Amino acid sequence: MGNSLDFSWLGDAVRLIGAGAAMTIFLVVVTALLGTLLSILGALGRTSRYAMIRRIVKAYVELIRNTPFLAQLFFIFFGLPSLGIRLDPIVAAIVAMTINLAAYGTEIVAAGLAAVPTGQREAAQALGLRPRLVFVKIVLPQALKIIFPALTSQIVIMMLESAVVSQISVRELTYEADLLQARTFLAFETYLVVTLVYLGLSVALRRLMFAGGRRFIFSGQP
Amino acid sequence: MMEFTLWDILRNLLLAARWTVLLSLVAFAGGGIAGLLVLLLRISKRPWLRRAAEMYIGAFQGTPLLMQLFLVFFGLPLLGFRIEAWTAAVVSLTLFASAFLAEIWRGGVEAVPRGQWEAAASLGLHRIRQLRLVILPQALTIARAPTVGFLVQLVKSTALTSIIGFDELLRTSNAINNATFQPFTVYGLGALIYFCLCFPLTQYARMLERSMAIPR
Repeated sequence: MGNSLDFSWLGDAVRLIGAGAAMTIFLVVVTALLGTLLSILGALGRTSRYAMIRRIVKAYVELIRNTPFLAQLFFIFFGLPSLGIRLDPIVAAIVAMTINLAAYGTEIVAAGLAAVPTGQREAAQALGLRPRLVFVKIVLPQALKIIFPALTSQIVIMMLESAVVSQISVRELTYEADLLQARTFLAFETYLVVTLVYLGLSVALRRLMFAGGRRFIFSGQP
Repeated sequence: MMEFTLWDILRNLLLAARWTVLLSLVAFAGGGIAGLLVLLLRISKRPWLRRAAEMYIGAFQGTPLLMQLFLVFFGLPLLGFRIEAWTAAVVSLTLFASAFLAEIWRGGVEAVPRGQWEAAASLGLHRIRQLRLVILPQALTIARAPTVGFLVQLVKSTALTSIIGFDELLRTSNAINNATFQPFTVYGLGALIYFCLCFPLTQYARMLERSMAIPR
């Protein structure tokens, strides 16, 4: 191995890298949707009337936020089978990612809900809207608008952390990189290329979310 | 087969947690020093230095830490360094921490009112002394809570070094699990130890945050 880097393998590898990237994108899209939904439920749970629910949500958030994602992944994939819960690697990855994202998302959404002026809720109630409609139509859209940048960042972070699900042999981007470097013996070059693919993905994801956000969340607002 | 009691498992995990703590501390110290340098570039008066620091920070924030670990682990030997897992772990976590800390502290610097710079300049201080004597002490005070918050993230990030073969808490959990076939207990206890390391820091960060939020 000289001082120069060797990228001659790249032509044959494009297909594999593409397949890995597709899996990474799939994981993130599914996780982002499930995680956001769970985050909203979690944020509601945090302000629940029942102390029990508040306490459970709080314990869940603290537990997840203070342990490494990789440890959570191993616990779910290797640990749960001893309770009789055996998950397919892809399902385990999605479960772990969703649980992780939802813990951070709960805090983010809760902050957003708290930032919506109470006058908005009262005004909607004064119009005679039922409590559920007040939340779905008035409070939540405003909260989502406030937290959109933070939520986007958290989803991008989740995508970057998803690199470790290769450890339970989900065939995503990092897994394909591992295979490629084992075949070509050019570890540095392989990981360099794949790192750049991740960089591109995170930039693209951020841009897409902001474009989509402007279109769907911020549209129709004065 | 060897019999492992619960205490055997816990003791071994706690011994391995030493390495997690040590790696976190070294990376935090190294990242702090390097981060201060990146911060200086990031707020420099020369646009190209600012731009370079921005790209440095963007590269670390836009790529997985696992890839950064691999690049260091497989890249340093190409430069002629013999490398062990510990070295690769320290180098990559230090670089990772430097990028994040620089960005956190920049937030602190920007939160210092403009007049403080002007006041320091009017005292006849050079830019470096303006920073050292007037701006940084205030900026670092403002940024204390997110800095401790990042330390939590750093402790959790050390778990990734298990993948390149550094014997910290998670890798030891894997090894013990392979010997005992009690994944639920082993990974549960492992996670519990991480929690005991991180939770006090989280609480401390929250306390700092609250103390900063005193109404003006």
